[in-house]
Amino acid sequence: MSWGLSSVRVVFGDTVALDGVSLDVGPGETAVVVGGDGAGKTTLSRTLAGLEEVAEGNVRRPDRTGYQPESSGVWNDLTVMENLEFVAGAYQVEAARASGRIDQLLEVTDLGPASDRLGRHLSGGMRQKLGVAMALLSDPELLVLDEPSTGLDPLSRVELWSFIGLAAREGRAVVVTTAYVDEAARAEKVLVLDDGYVLASGSVDHVLSALPGVVYESDHPVGARSWRRGPTWRVWSPDASLPSGVTATVTDLADVVTVAALARETGG
Amino acid sequence: MLAMILKEFRQVGRDRRTLAMLIVMPIVLLLVFGYAASFDVEEIPTVVIGDRADAVAERLPEVFDVERIDPAGERAEAEEALITGEAHVAFLIDDGAGIALIDGSELFMARAAVQVVTAVENQIPGLSHEVLFNPDLDTSAVLVPGLAGLIIVFVGTLVTSMSVVREREAGTLEQLAVMPFRPSDVFIGKISPYFLIASFDILVVLVIGTLVFDVPFNGTLLPLVLGAVLFLFVALGAGVLISSVSENQAQAIQLAIMTALPQIMLSGIIFPLSSMAAGVRWIGYLLPLTYFNIVAKGTMLRGASFSDLLMPLGLLALLGAVIFGLAVVRFARQLRPVRREARV
Repeated sequence: MSWGLSSVRVVFGDTVALDGVSLDVGPGETAVVVGGDGAGKTTLSRTLAGLEEVAEGNVRRPDRTGYQPESSGVWNDLTVMENLEFVAGAYQVEAARASGRIDQLLEVTDLGPASDRLGRHLSGGMRQKLGVAMALLSDPELLVLDEPSTGLDPLSRVELWSFIGLAAREGRAVVVTTAYVDEAARAEKVLVLDDGYVLASGSVDHVLSALPGVVYESDHPVGARSWRRGPTWRVWSPDASLPSGVTATVTDLADVVTVAALARETGG
Repeated sequence: MLAMILKEFRQVGRDRRTLAMLIVMPIVLLLVFGYAASFDVEEIPTVVIGDRADAVAERLPEVFDVERIDPAGERAEAEEALITGEAHVAFLIDDGAGIALIDGSELFMARAAVQVVTAVENQIPGLSHEVLFNPDLDTSAVLVPGLAGLIIVFVGTLVTSMSVVREREAGTLEQLAVMPFRPSDVFIGKISPYFLIASFDILVVLVIGTLVFDVPFNGTLLPLVLGAVLFLFVALGAGVLISSVSENQAQAIQLAIMTALPQIMLSGIIFPLSSMAAGVRWIGYLLPLTYFNIVAKGTMLRGASFSDLLMPLGLLALLGAVIFGLAVVRFARQLRPVRREARV
């Protein structure tokens, strides 16, 4: 059984937040939703979690859906242990099982030594890990994490993703939204959102191979289809034509996302 | 400096709700103080009882607004009229002698009545007066029951609204929304601590008021407890309602103050309702604190029974049902916005 969205449209007044968005994620799979600010990542997460009404399409989600909001969802005036105990109580997890599960989650998140610390006194990385642990406590079939890595230092991001990978290996369907394109490489599936529309979707290989035309490097900008990447410029050639003496660059997800956005912007 | 001034003007202009309060509040305060803030007593609800009641009623000064004349009644009827709140002065005329029984639980009215009756005693031989329920006309005796109501307003409305908004600001309200709770579970869980804290506060105020300030407790506990519980539901419901229309804690505080202020001014705790202009007095009768104050003073000072207080208790229950019901509906809508999705 897979979970996700089918041709979902979400509207807030006159604003279309999601338009024709589909996403399918099965047990043990991780799908990463990539997009900039206002792309619709949080709306997609909330829709999957059952917090937004859909105008069109449908949402497939199990009864046991774990959700971590953008704010981490940690109660600041409860300790780490109290946060976990509250969630276990809310899902009516049997006491002995809850205790074992909490111990296990504290161990894999390295939050054990901080179990008596108040939520407000945790670092950003610890808060996010606690948020994911809370979302996992009910043993959900679908885990939805809204920008869990935003604002974290590189080491905390690595630790967090290791924890997310563990959740998927336990057989859960995992959906993670992020503004960091490099994080998409960790997933089986990628969905690139821009202004509520899907720019690209599918497996990482599929998305990479679906790039129309070619990309090459240049030491100067070349029209509207070029962008800065490190010390040089990247140029997108939709018809795959290259200047003489120039070879196509091996593209990654960051290039694909940029090209998809340019294609939508320029109609090319 | 000009840039700083411009920035502040822009920011103030954007915060429409605060701006509205800054402009509307002085006007409201002016109207409320102008029409409601009066200690002058112009009419005192009065009953005249006894064998020469008709004749005495005709000779009473205009300030005594005679509601009922009962030539066949006796002292018990006179006292009952004061206990139920039908009148605040009862003239009991019996065989040439007369006594004005004055309700001491209505401080300003009682003081005015004592003054006028003392003057009348010179014109009507054999007339005397007796202040019941609060013989020394102590201010604390009259204020302590109302203070219990103010505590309920503070804890129930202000603190509850801030707590719910804080939960939303922190993003944890949506956590609760995805958990397998019914909205009523979250609602009851959310207000329970404040219900207990407010109940404890009321108990402390009443115990200290009785033991330290010698406030009498002439009635039974049941009507007061029932009145406090009903009023708590109104106040907690108002708190949750305020939270549902507030974007942040500052707005919740502003709105809570805007709802608390008219209750403090117009509920009869400070200024007698009968001294207010008719145009403002009706607002007082729409406010729940008015009825809690009647119940609290009635129970503690006048020894009113459950049946004597049926009307204010019933109105508190009605207001509670409306406000609490609205709060539950709005809270449930916030927690369960999804209706049309296909859930497997």
